[in-house]
Amino acid sequence: MLTIENLNAKVEGKQILNGIDLDVKAGEVHAIMGPNGSGKSTLSSVIAGHQDYEVNQGTMLLEGEDLAELSPEERAHKGIFLSFQYPIEIPGVSVTNFIKTAINASRKAKGLEDMAANEMLKKIREKSSLLEIDSRFLSRSLNEGFSGGEKKRNEIFQMAMLEPKLAILDETDSGLDIDALKIVANGVNKLRSNDNAIIVITHYQRLLEYIIPDFVHVLFDGKIVKSGTKDLAIELEEKGYDWIKEMA
Amino acid sequence: MAYTEEELKKELETKEYEYGFYTDIDSETFPVGLNEEVVRRISQKKKEPEWMTQWRLKAFEAWKNMEEPEWANVQYSKPDYQAISYYSAPKKKDQYKTLDEVDPELLKTFDKLGISLDEQKKLAGVAVDIVMDSVSVATTFKDTLAEKGIIFCSISEAIQEYPDLVKKYIGTVIPIQDNYFAALNSAVFSDGSFCYIPKGVRCPMELSTYFRINQAGTGQFERTLVIADESSYVSYLEGCTAPSRDENQLHAAVVELVALDNAEIKYSTVQNWFPGDKNGKGGVYNFVTKRGICHRNSKISWTQVETGSAVTWKYPSCILKGDNSIGEFYSIALTNNYQQADTGTKMVHLGKNTKSTIISKGISAGKSQNSYRGLVQVHPRATNARNFSQCDSLLMGNQCGAHTFPYIEVKNKTAQIEHEATTSKIGEDQIFYCNQRGIDPEKAIALVVNGFSKEVLNKLPMEFAVEAQKLLEISLEGSVG
Repeated sequence: MLTIENLNAKVEGKQILNGIDLDVKAGEVHAIMGPNGSGKSTLSSVIAGHQDYEVNQGTMLLEGEDLAELSPEERAHKGIFLSFQYPIEIPGVSVTNFIKTAINASRKAKGLEDMAANEMLKKIREKSSLLEIDSRFLSRSLNEGFSGGEKKRNEIFQMAMLEPKLAILDETDSGLDIDALKIVANGVNKLRSNDNAIIVITHYQRLLEYIIPDFVHVLFDGKIVKSGTKDLAIELEEKGYDWIKEMA
Repeated sequence: MAYTEEELKKELETKEYEYGFYTDIDSETFPVGLNEEVVRRISQKKKEPEWMTQWRLKAFEAWKNMEEPEWANVQYSKPDYQAISYYSAPKKKDQYKTLDEVDPELLKTFDKLGISLDEQKKLAGVAVDIVMDSVSVATTFKDTLAEKGIIFCSISEAIQEYPDLVKKYIGTVIPIQDNYFAALNSAVFSDGSFCYIPKGVRCPMELSTYFRINQAGTGQFERTLVIADESSYVSYLEGCTAPSRDENQLHAAVVELVALDNAEIKYSTVQNWFPGDKNGKGGVYNFVTKRGICHRNSKISWTQVETGSAVTWKYPSCILKGDNSIGEFYSIALTNNYQQADTGTKMVHLGKNTKSTIISKGISAGKSQNSYRGLVQVHPRATNARNFSQCDSLLMGNQCGAHTFPYIEVKNKTAQIEHEATTSKIGEDQIFYCNQRGIDPEKAIALVVNGFSKEVLNKLPMEFAVEAQKLLEISLEGSVG
């Protein structure tokens, strides 16, 4: 699905990623953990194509296709989805209108007609119930005045609607209480399939109790310094990140 | 006008000013210049009664002694008023009885404008009067309206057919010496629309006027007079377009609204005059005076979406004369490239328990300057007057400007006035968020702008709202980056 080789990237002249290798196959869930400032969020921004980040070495391939020359929206059309750590407010644009615009933009890129209104409605109903989202929520302005939990739930709702090939969940657990965390994790688990892949970026092991990863990678100083199974996450939770730093 | 989503998209692919075409219609145009003789000839052309001719001449006298105002926050080289032709009419003189009589070229023009008269008749239920250059061309649905006693025709026709009504109300809301451009209009107006809703009648359809400047070197001075008699209701739409030209064209219209006791007038405008090219060349000077008077328990609501004109100078206002009357102003003014807009409203509270609401949304892009100028005035007799004003500005990029000039004059202690203002910038983070969801930057900007403008867009009649959204998007194309 996603193959990253020797990825180096910088932002505002500062080198953040120093040679990342990552191979994510369809049907897999990978967790990327690491202390603050290790480059976790930079990695997600670089995969999504944020223009502030400059890739100065290495390659990213999505199903064999080089992402380098693709704009963020083209990457989205190819099936990359990023659940934002801090979702952005767009006043006056309803959750429904936003997701409708997003879906039809991707359809247009694939040469498809706009999704029929009744089909869209059916899909919205189905996916919002999956995430226990109230219909009143759908008419509110996107992320405006949302609680932390509502914002994250809305991100996963969009993921459910867009059905990406590769979803990156950037600190989706931050700002969530335990009930909201369960709902979100439950939603993500239902979206898992053999055709898609998920990268979970998190600081804590907590989320990984609910979204069980196939692989866990530890990022430090812009490099993956250790990889393992879900047991590695538990080990990190017990020991903290210091032993990793010493190892690096 | 009722665009499907697909048509909407197709329209969005056009980058140039989409109404920038010129129709070759044989027209009769006066030589340039303005003097008493020209004013008389216009009046004569229109076969006007003597009182009207005298009224025009009085206005011309007033205008000669007035100075072009300079207080607005706009800069432009003043038009040479002697270099403009004050009358231009498509050469088929008589009023058209059926569409078959209309010049096919003209009908083609209407098609390009998106106003198919046939379609209008069948689908929209909108009665349309079209003023092209100076002459009113066709009014649909006249008979349907006549059954209810509603008069909807060109102002020239009204002067001849309903002189008492015209004489009673014209110039009562905006006196001829009100301001420089209103005086000029009063002297030389060549056509426009007239509407009268009888007592207790609720107009069953939206009434609509399209204005268009076609001929080069002409000015357009249309005059609109809407009278809603006691306990009546009317919703009125006004659309404006002009072809692209290198030189500046002058548009100085006057709109007067009269809402008698318990009446309601909703007046919506989507203005898309040619704004000039991206280097600021050409474009329409839009100097318009719009004002309504509210009698007891009546209501006037102005809604406007302005995306066009090189320079706009316009303040649709309400005189809240009657007790318990209500004035509303909802506005979206979008400027791009080198456009300049100084626009807003005046709410003059004279009666007791009068209420006014002002919602103004200014969007500035490119190197444009966008100013809101609003006056809320509460007179000594206006006990319990209330006003709520909200002025929001949205900036795109670093080279444009947004300005707010609120004036508040209160002479009654019981008044309650609220004013809120915000300025925000379209954030790169908003655009990236949309991009990540597959929405390209231009569409993303349109989405943010539409969200910002939503409170006002919601006030427009459905079909107009779609058109207005489309206009906002087109007007912002190429402003990304």
